[in-house]
Formats: sequence, C-alpha cells, structure tokens
Amino acid sequence: MSEQQGGPAMSELVVEDLHVQVGGQMVLNGVDLRVASGEVHAVMGPNGSGKSTLAYAIMGRPGYEVTAGSITLNDVDLVELSPWERAHAGLFSTQQYPTEVPGVGLENMLEEAVEAAGGDRSAVEAQVAAEAELVDFDPDLLYRSLNVDLSGGEMKRSEAVQLGVLRPRIAILDELDSGLDVDALAAVSHRIEQATHEDNLGVLAITHFSRLLTVLHADVVHILIDGAIAETGGPELAAQLEDTGYDPWIDTRAESPVEIHLGGDPWP
Amino acid sequence: MIETQFTPDAAGAIPGPDWLARRRVAAAEQVAAATMPSVEEEVWRYTPIGQLDLSRYQLAHDGGGTSTASVPEHSAMAETSNGRLGVVELPAEVAAQGVEVRPLGEGDAELAASVDVDMFALMNAAFSVEPLLVRVPPGVSVEGPIVVRHWLDADGGAVFPRLIVDAGADSSVEVLELYGSADISAFISPVIEIRVAAAARVGYLAVQDLGPKVWHIGSQVSHIGAQAHLRSSSAALGGEYARTRLDTHLSGRGATGDLISLYFGDGEQTLDFRTFQDHAAPDTTSTLLFKGAVDDSSRSVYTGLIRVRPDARGTNAYQTNRNIKLSEGAWAESVPNLEIENNEVHCSHASAVGPINSDQLFYLESRGVPTETAERLIVAGFFDEVLDQFPVLEAVPAVRDRLQSKIEGLGHRGVDGEAGS
Repeated sequence: MSEQQGGPAMSELVVEDLHVQVGGQMVLNGVDLRVASGEVHAVMGPNGSGKSTLAYAIMGRPGYEVTAGSITLNDVDLVELSPWERAHAGLFSTQQYPTEVPGVGLENMLEEAVEAAGGDRSAVEAQVAAEAELVDFDPDLLYRSLNVDLSGGEMKRSEAVQLGVLRPRIAILDELDSGLDVDALAAVSHRIEQATHEDNLGVLAITHFSRLLTVLHADVVHILIDGAIAETGGPELAAQLEDTGYDPWIDTRAESPVEIHLGGDPWP
Repeated sequence: MIETQFTPDAAGAIPGPDWLARRRVAAAEQVAAATMPSVEEEVWRYTPIGQLDLSRYQLAHDGGGTSTASVPEHSAMAETSNGRLGVVELPAEVAAQGVEVRPLGEGDAELAASVDVDMFALMNAAFSVEPLLVRVPPGVSVEGPIVVRHWLDADGGAVFPRLIVDAGADSSVEVLELYGSADISAFISPVIEIRVAAAARVGYLAVQDLGPKVWHIGSQVSHIGAQAHLRSSSAALGGEYARTRLDTHLSGRGATGDLISLYFGDGEQTLDFRTFQDHAAPDTTSTLLFKGAVDDSSRSVYTGLIRVRPDARGTNAYQTNRNIKLSEGAWAESVPNLEIENNEVHCSHASAVGPINSDQLFYLESRGVPTETAERLIVAGFFDEVLDQFPVLEAVPAVRDRLQSKIEGLGHRGVDGEAGS
C-alpha cells in the first residue's frame, strides 16, 4: 500500500477473459484489460453493457460471480480474495452512488483500514486533513457519517480523500462524474491525475459519457458492448463516440440482443 | 391461584405507613387470586414466561453490598441494595430548592392511585419494600441528573423497586436509573411512574446491566401534561429474560413524549419490549425509536401500539423499531400496531429485522477494513442514532463503552458469529 520509498513501484491489473454472472444472468462475456501504473484507462459503454458489473467484479462485491477468466494484480489472483484483501493488495474503487454508513466516520474507517494493512493508524488524522484540503472537502463534513447527508460532489470529494490516504496501486472509478458539479469534478479529477503522476496510480475509469474525459485525460479508451470489449483505442475513440454515439459498435454486434437502444445523440 | 410465599400476610408484614400497608395487602390479594400470565396471551407472546417459577425466589429482606461502578456527576443520588434503600445523597443546595428524594411516607397517600399494568406490577405494589419518591417542585430546574442505583447480590432474591418521579409544573429534571447485579440468580420487578406536570421537562434513562441469570420484568407508566415534554430512554444490556412494558399517556394538550431505547442480546438472553403510545389529548406528539441487535442464540421481542383516541386531533405519532440479527441462531420479532380513532392525525410506523447491511459491509471492506471489524463498526454505528438522542448526557459514555464491549464479542463468541463476505 505504501511503496513510495525509492520511487513508486510498477503495478499491473490484468483482466483476462472475464465472465461474470449476476443473479443467474451472464453480464460479462469475456473481458480483457490490462491497466498498468500511471496509466488512465476509460471503459465506455451504453447502459446495460456491464460497466458497473466490471467494477464490482474486480472489487469482489458479493453476488458478482466470476464463472471463467481471471483478475490479477501484480500476479496476485484476486478472484479468491475478499474485498478487503483486494484492497490490501492495492485495489481501490469508487461507487457511482456511495453507500451511506450511518454512525461510521471517515477517519474511523480509514484508521481501521490502515491498521489492518499494517500501517500506522495514528498518522491517519493528519493525512485526512491534508487530503481534505487538496480536494477542498469541508473539514466539518469529516465528522459526519460516511456518505450520509452529503451532496454528490461532497461524496466524491470524500472518496478522493480516502484514495489519497489509502494510496492504492489501481483505482476503479465507476461513473465518477455522476451527480457531480463542475467544481467538484475538477477537484477530484485533478487529485486523481496528481496521484497518477506522483504516486504512479493506475486508473480504470468507467463512464457512460465522455464529459469525464475532458477533465480526466485517458491514455486508452475501451468500448464495452454487451459484456465484452468491442474496441480499444486512444483518446480519439472518445471523440468519435461524441459524434456517433454507440450505434456503430452496437450495429457490428447486431446478432446479439441489445437491451437499450440509444436514439441518436445520447447527450442531453 | 399462585402458591408462593408472596402472600397477603407477607405483604402486610412489610413496615411502612398505614395507607401503604393497606394498599400492599389489597394488591397481594389480587396477586393471590391471579393466574400466572402465559404465552397464550398476546402481551406475553414470544416470551419464556412459562419457565418462570416464582417459588424459586424469596422476598429479599436484607440489604447487601453496593455496586462499585463509577457514577456520573449528579445532583442527588439514592442507592438500593436487594431492594433496601441505603444512603440518600441530597446536597443541601438541592434540598433547598425543595427537591425531595426519599421513601414514601405518611403524607403520600395520594400517590397510591396508580394503575398496575400486569400481575408483576401488582406484585410490585404489594412487595415493594421502600418505594422511592423523586419530587421536583413547580418551576424548579435541577442541575445534573438525579441518580437511582439498584444493586442485587442476594442469590434467589426477589426485589420490587418502585420509583415515582413527580415533576411539578414548569420544572425540569433528569433522572438516571442504573440496574446491576452480582452473578446470581434473582428476580427483579421494578415499576417506574413518571408524572410530568404542565410545561415540565423530564429526561429519564434506565441502564439495565443485570447479570445473565437475573429475570427482570418491569413496567413504566408515564403521564405527560399539557405542553410538557418527556424524553424516556433505556439501554437494555443484561438479564436472562428482561422485559419492559412502557405505557406513555399523552394526557394534556400539546404534550410530547420521545421514547428512545437500545438493546443488545447475546448468549441466551431474551429482551422484550411492549410499548403503548396513548394519545388522549389534542395536538400531542410522540416519537419512538427502538433499535436492537441479537447475537448468538439470543432473542428480542418488540411489540408497540400507537393509540389515538377520538379527542386527540392533531396528533403526530411515530414508531420505529429496527433490529440487526447477528447470527443464524438469533431471533428478533417486531410487531408494530396502530389504532386510530381520529382523522386529523399524522402517524407512521416502521419496523425491520435483518442481517448487517451487505452494501455497507462491502463499502467498508472495499476500503480494506476486514469483515469482522467492518461488522463491529456498522453495528456500533447503528446504535449511534439512539445514543445521540439519549437524555442524561453524563451517562452516555459509560453506556457506549458497555455496548462496545458487547459488540467486541461479535465473531468471538462461537461459530455463529462468523458472517460470510
């Protein structure tokens, strides 16, 4: 978790042929991805394509059953690990709608997490204060219960504070821009980019719209359609999406049932 | 017919003022004529009442030791030991305000007119050795809680503490009642009467931390006058079978009653609550928040009734009971009820029984908090809402610590404690 001594270490999250079933339904049908330290990958796809399932399956959420394929981080097989063990292996994830945890404070949770990972819990308070300042998170909100009575922007700033303290190797950001005002999105994206430069953080950003990529600059863009990667390219792929929507990729897989048809321009 | 040593003769032999002796004998005669409650009756459903054998217990006559636990800062304090009143500490400056903390005496006959809600309240009326009165005169505000502490160490003893809190008009007082015992087998059946006169403000907290072989069957009856406010709360942590019946009568126009409780069962405990929010006057408000957790093979029962009488227009009444089931072998029952006889009211009730929220667990785990630690954080957090609303703030840290020690047992008590991830 803390390998900043002697320069950030290289890490790689490798997802190979990942098949995932949720509630008896196959949602991912063979996803391949490699995210290395310092890289920002975007996974883009229409509703129902399996984006959130990919995020949850990598983090190990109960109910997301890996039926084939593998997920490894630095050659450690994550599939058999519980979510907290994956976190200790260097994984971090943000949720589109972070869960409210009444009565549990941010600092308290981080102290327990840091201690369990062999770190120094007494250092957490100062780290939280410093990270809160970096993303302009109101210090008064630090004492609220996790995600309770927080706006969308405050929740994501809180998650950026958590990322800053936990210093993961790879972060999975699920719809980071959903429910965020422009200022919060800029502050949180800036903190994440800073971590990719200074801490060699690798990022897998899952998003429906390319708005996020105007503030969080992706090196690699993957198009996820119907539970599999339909195309991988550079930032120009997001620009192309801006023009065409997902139709071109959906059409190439016309033999597969598509739950959601986007009528032309998906941007409101 | 109940054949025990709890006879009218035994009741009549307890020393005290004449009016009280007469009331004791009358109550004991009713007890002698009563049949033991059984689970056939709705109000005793889900309870182990059939296992109660009163002949195992003797009316405790002698005071024993006292609790060694520390007591928060207070304005006055009374202690009982095996039902016997010991030292009453009433500082001169508090007494000078007209505050009374004393056993009932000759002049208190008007206090006899209380309603005994069940057979055990009748037993209390018959066998309470030294009923205690806490009285605050009209207009007086007492700084700091008045503490009443009960200690049991007579093995096989039966004790019947009775506390009457009489808050005069526009007065203000907080009362903390503490129950503790040695590791003995005993029966305790307390009755608390709270009278909140017009515009008075009363905070009450009972902390029940009896030993694991003690049976506790208690009742509390409150009357809240016009524009008066009662905040009545409890933490039920101990006992083998511990039951509290809570009748709250909103008797005066604009009265408010807030009922706040937490309970945590482990081992073989059964914790049982029967609440009654009785809206008898217009524009009255009652809120109820009871939260509990059951671990190991423990059980909890919550049944609550909101009643809005025909005259009680403008009533606001809320009732929430939430339970976390921490092991496969634990069991919680929650039965809310409404009985509304007026249309101009706002009433709601909510109840839930379930395991630890899996989304919350995943959130904490995804940050690197191990499963068992995450469970403890979530359970402690679940109770925070209750602790934050308790009156008698001075007592809350100790309750929090004691609750935490029960929560720390999570996952360490046996195979049932382990939860999947």
